Amino acid sequence: MSTLVSGRTGEWEVVIGMEVHAQVVSNSKLFSGSSAVFGASPNNHVSLVDAAMPGMLPVINEQCVKQAVLTGLGLNAKINKFSVFDRKNYFYADLPQGYQISQFKHPIVGEGEVKIELSDGSTHKVGIERIHLEQDAGKSLHDQHPLKSYIDLNRSGVALMEIVSKPEMHSAEQAAAYIKKLRSILRYLGTCDGNMEEGSLRADVNVSVRRPGHLLGTRTETKNLNSVKFIMQTIEFEVNRQIELIENGGEVKQETRLFDTTTGMTRAMRGKEDAHDYRYFPDPDLLPLTFDDAFIDELRMGMPELPDEIKYRMVNEYGLSSYDANVLTEERETAAFYELASDGRDRKITANWMSVELFGALNKAGIELAQSPVSPSQLGDLIDLISDGSISGKIAKEVFSEMFETGKDAKLIVDEKGLKQVSDESTIFAMIDEVLAANLDKVNEYRGGKDKLFGFFVGQIMKASKGQANPGMVNQLLKQKLDI
Amino acid sequence: MSVDKHVVKKIARLARIHVSEKKSELLSADLGNILNWIEQLEEVNTDGVEPLSSVNEHALAWREDIVTDGEMPEKVLKNAPENAGEFFVVPKVIE
Amino acid sequence: MSDLLKMTATQARNLLLKKEISSVELLDAYQTAMEETKGLNNYVTPTFEVAKQMAMDADKAYSQGTASSLSGLPIGVKDLFCTKDIETTACSAILKGFLPSYESTVTSKVWKSGGVMLGKLNCDEFAMGSSNETSIFGPSVNPWSKKDGNNLSSGGSSGGSASSVAAGAALMSLGTDTGGSIRQPAAFCGVVGLKPTYGRCSRWGIVAFASSLDQAGPFTRTVEDSALIFSAMAGHDPKDSTSASLKVPNFSKAVHAGIEGLRIGIPAEYYVDGMDIDILELWKKGRAWLEQAGATIVDISLPHTKYALPCYYIIAPAEASSNLARYDGVKYGKRIEAETLDEMYELTRADGFGEEVQRRILIGTYALSAGYYDAYYLKAQQVRRLIKEDFDKAFNEVDAILTPTTPSPTFPLGAEVSDPITMYLNDVFTVPANLAGLPGISVPAGLSKQGLPLGLQLLASHFREDKLFSTASAIEKQAEFSLVPPRAAGDLQ
Repeated sequence: MSTLVSGRTGEWEVVIGMEVHAQVVSNSKLFSGSSAVFGASPNNHVSLVDAAMPGMLPVINEQCVKQAVLTGLGLNAKINKFSVFDRKNYFYADLPQGYQISQFKHPIVGEGEVKIELSDGSTHKVGIERIHLEQDAGKSLHDQHPLKSYIDLNRSGVALMEIVSKPEMHSAEQAAAYIKKLRSILRYLGTCDGNMEEGSLRADVNVSVRRPGHLLGTRTETKNLNSVKFIMQTIEFEVNRQIELIENGGEVKQETRLFDTTTGMTRAMRGKEDAHDYRYFPDPDLLPLTFDDAFIDELRMGMPELPDEIKYRMVNEYGLSSYDANVLTEERETAAFYELASDGRDRKITANWMSVELFGALNKAGIELAQSPVSPSQLGDLIDLISDGSISGKIAKEVFSEMFETGKDAKLIVDEKGLKQVSDESTIFAMIDEVLAANLDKVNEYRGGKDKLFGFFVGQIMKASKGQANPGMVNQLLKQKLDI
Repeated sequence: MSVDKHVVKKIARLARIHVSEKKSELLSADLGNILNWIEQLEEVNTDGVEPLSSVNEHALAWREDIVTDGEMPEKVLKNAPENAGEFFVVPKVIE
Repeated sequence: MSDLLKMTATQARNLLLKKEISSVELLDAYQTAMEETKGLNNYVTPTFEVAKQMAMDADKAYSQGTASSLSGLPIGVKDLFCTKDIETTACSAILKGFLPSYESTVTSKVWKSGGVMLGKLNCDEFAMGSSNETSIFGPSVNPWSKKDGNNLSSGGSSGGSASSVAAGAALMSLGTDTGGSIRQPAAFCGVVGLKPTYGRCSRWGIVAFASSLDQAGPFTRTVEDSALIFSAMAGHDPKDSTSASLKVPNFSKAVHAGIEGLRIGIPAEYYVDGMDIDILELWKKGRAWLEQAGATIVDISLPHTKYALPCYYIIAPAEASSNLARYDGVKYGKRIEAETLDEMYELTRADGFGEEVQRRILIGTYALSAGYYDAYYLKAQQVRRLIKEDFDKAFNEVDAILTPTTPSPTFPLGAEVSDPITMYLNDVFTVPANLAGLPGISVPAGLSKQGLPLGLQLLASHFREDKLFSTASAIEKQAEFSLVPPRAAGDLQ
């Protein structure tokens, strides 16, 4: 699929790279023992280290190291057994130390890749340049006072992974697919909760345009995008802005930009005219971070199955469509739900029930799968009732909505309401006799050659059985009766 | 070598230290002298020498991931020149 | 009891154990001496009340038989150690009024061992200086200044720590050494100063100057006392990633171990131009003393010695420029109000930091900035490795190295303050140990012709402070340095 963009003067190729900041799932911060949990009162999740009190020193959290390595493994990346923490020096109100501890020359994870799938079914690989561990900054609130900014250091020192892609995306769609896939992998690994609204996952997007085959153009970096939609809007806006600028004889300026969520436009950041000079140097309060192969192997052994592997199994072993497999693997919870519900049952029917009935109901109720009133085993039981002929598919839908509403088991509902399918010959014959007796004229018409009436009789019988008669048997037995 | 006034100002700006015009002239000479003296390091052949950032020979020790700290905003804020409730306060920042 | 001030810590402890003196008595003597020597400007924050309580606790411990190694011994603390609820300023305007809610690991350990805190001692601002003249409180005065003569420098940066012990205003004291800040003032004031191996004492809670070089250490009147207090200070601290996870041996034993058969190196490169003749002679004497005590003297070479000082003056300021970024008027200390954040930073830091601190921050910022990093910072780190390798090689052959502590005795206050490089040269013999992370000790070994104390320095390989104590003790015995400075407290005279 061509991703070239037509401008007034010809075609343009878009080049996109992304730096994703993913908050590491951990109890405590990267270098201090205060809580990394979101949402506390201001400055309550702050230790003396986080507040950069004189003489305070960083001590690294082992969990954060493990999470970074696990992420690297999940992205098929090179794990660096030797990495170094550097100080990135700059002044800002929410940076209490006056430097951020990050990794510059020697990151913990090297090159890897993310496989993305686009709407036309094509797949595409996006290279990962590196992943490094670093501290998050605090938060400045600018709307509390006309002349002052308020500073909350709760996030100061929380562990982030900066996942840097190669500039290998060429459209907003690709960028969206990349961030979604990355998010999904991180959530499967349990290394980042992926909550973009709370800022656990946010992206800086680098965009440039060039004539196909030419050298890279000047890029702009739009900071801190916390939704897929904003990422796409930013790219679309920047691509148009840059093409228009160049086509009108202007030049793209290398700069940091901010995205305005209300207008959907980006603008250059103010006060950033100082050339950045971060004066990186190895943090003398820390030593190089080292570990051995055994440490990596242990983490590798404990790795969960990732969406691509599960998808492969769903398509090739369970016979699901690629579409269904995509839907079912997007979230780890969904895949796990499906595996439980479909275990030992018809995989395809279960997939269908999940993607149509369950997701439909969840959507309508506006709740997440985690809050589903119907558990995987309950859904499985319902499917068993269909498979063993206890209820028809139609009744099953009825039972399902009752289950969704009340949380009761399928069997209980079927029993309470007497919804069990009638498969007893004599009972069905009795129903058939009753219907035929009441419609003797139509019986004659049928026998006179009006075949279409067969359906009418089936309908009447099913109605008389309140839908519980086994439709297959009704068909078969009715035929016997009528064709005498 | 000398460090010209503009460089002094640029460095002072990076370090967030205000220097007056006059002071930047004094510093220009001062820093120039010190750097000249330091430049005797150029005499040392350091080809292929691995830089040394730490004399420690032990491995970096790791901490267990448990919450052991925090929940003391009064201690965190006690020395602040200005605070509002549980926030630190600074002159307004415009992004 | 006027002899109280004359006792070493070890002697005082024995009398305390025998209950011949009490901690409160001992403290009274020292508090009187503190008052008497106020003119030396050593204490920037005396802690009379805290001291009283600690002394009473120590007496209780002695009576209950629960006394520890330092119980009841009066100790002064350089104002670079954060002390809980006691003003800690690093002798800088920018930290005026700062009340830590925490206690540094080293001071905690000393108090846990029963030490009695006399107060916070004067030092160069953020430990940046070699004469104590960059202190916002004004310089500490060397008690060896003649009664009617010029005020002499106590050295720096731990000037107050050295001067107070020499003057009898502290039995022992704590300091820090980044480039010589314990050993140089110890030499200038005629006391014993120990800079331990990097990683031996925790840096947690000490205001940082240059993190890869800073180490805490003690000032004492004798080598034996040094071993006593150092044993309490040392040890692994999980809160400091650079602290070594090693057992602390019994150093007091090392003091009396003798040096029979030890090999002592004399580095050729420490003969420098302009070195004081008295110091050269003392160095020769030291060599002879050690030989007499049974050691073998070996001539060694440390070829990169000359480059240690310029190397240090890149690395230390570079680290400092980053360590001192936190003093920005937001979380603690001084703030100059302004309309914008950047203006507030710039005015606060221009006003709050003194001239030498600003100079070093600027040098460090320059050395790390784009375009200069390789030429300065990286180069210095490479030279640092060469310096360390020189020592590694030397310690394959010798157990300890003997050098002078400083190239000259102390000088009048104000004499060197105008030229930074002249001032930096004070540290020429002490800086290499910091760059290499080695332990070093300065022992008072004699007087110059003008009657000023001179020190000899001993260096050993990593974590071999025991060898320093053995060797320093041999020098101490033969030097018989027991003169009392003219401006010491009366009862010490």
